Amino acid sequence: MTHDLTELDRKLINRLQDDLPLVPEPFADLSREFGISQDELVDRIKALRDTGVLTRFGPFFDAEALGGAFCLCAMEVPPQRFEEVLTKVNAFPEVAHNYERDHRLNMWFVLATERPTGISATALAIEKSTGLKVLLFPKEREFFIGFRVTA
Amino acid sequence: MTMDAKDRTIIEATQAGLPLVPRPFVVLAQTLELSEDEVIDRLAQLKKKGIIRRVGAAPNHYRLGMTANGMTVWDVDDTIVDHIGEQIGALPFVTHCYRRPRALPEWRFNLFAMVHGQDRDEVMAKRQEIANLLGETCAANDILFSTRILKKTGMRLRRKDA
Repeated sequence: MTHDLTELDRKLINRLQDDLPLVPEPFADLSREFGISQDELVDRIKALRDTGVLTRFGPFFDAEALGGAFCLCAMEVPPQRFEEVLTKVNAFPEVAHNYERDHRLNMWFVLATERPTGISATALAIEKSTGLKVLLFPKEREFFIGFRVTA
Repeated sequence: MTMDAKDRTIIEATQAGLPLVPRPFVVLAQTLELSEDEVIDRLAQLKKKGIIRRVGAAPNHYRLGMTANGMTVWDVDDTIVDHIGEQIGALPFVTHCYRRPRALPEWRFNLFAMVHGQDRDEVMAKRQEIANLLGETCAANDILFSTRILKKTGMRLRRKDA
């Protein structure tokens, strides 16, 4: 729901999708920009995070730059087994995101592993754990986007 | 890859998020028994190396009213898919666009374009815009709406001792 967001919240959500500086007081510039104290600012961010408007606040790591890999995967999960399979799949820390989609392939998740070989190893472990086939859709090419959500 | 044990402890300590206080790196430094300067310097190095993409927040689309999220998928001739991908990726309403391998016979699509919108009608209208742009170069397409976020934690390093 969006009606409980103030104008300040919206501006803040938009600005927080930019990069904050790595300096002792990373909120100082935003605090001046919005004319509120740094304490008020971090409390606002905390509130947005605690209510789930922001899913996370912090550094965003690139698994590939860390020598690791990402891979989109899909499974066809029988509806009556969905919750059971979900519990098993989500138990893997390598599963970074997981979405239910309305398709025959109804579970789509992203694996993020520290080594490229971890992708196939984890997919195999998920197949073993669930008894279901995992289809792998590694990224072959990204067509660049500067994605941001406007609040 | 140039990352040492201290970098790793910093990543482990921040991958779930930064402390929300005016001086977050002081808090982090105390936990890690490093100086504030060293924490900042190491984070800056990780950023320079591209290991950190940015420092900020990830908004929840659903809570911002972007409740419809459709993964549009397209079966495009391999010889022109990169050219088409550049065009689709440049559309303002396409948030991510990737070329991926087909998984025949289960899956014939090789171009994936994520479209977000206020509702499914809006997403379907955008899908049609993509279809118009592709014309006959695309043999088939489909759309997969997300019905539930099942997990969204981002990357996690397993602890070395795990």
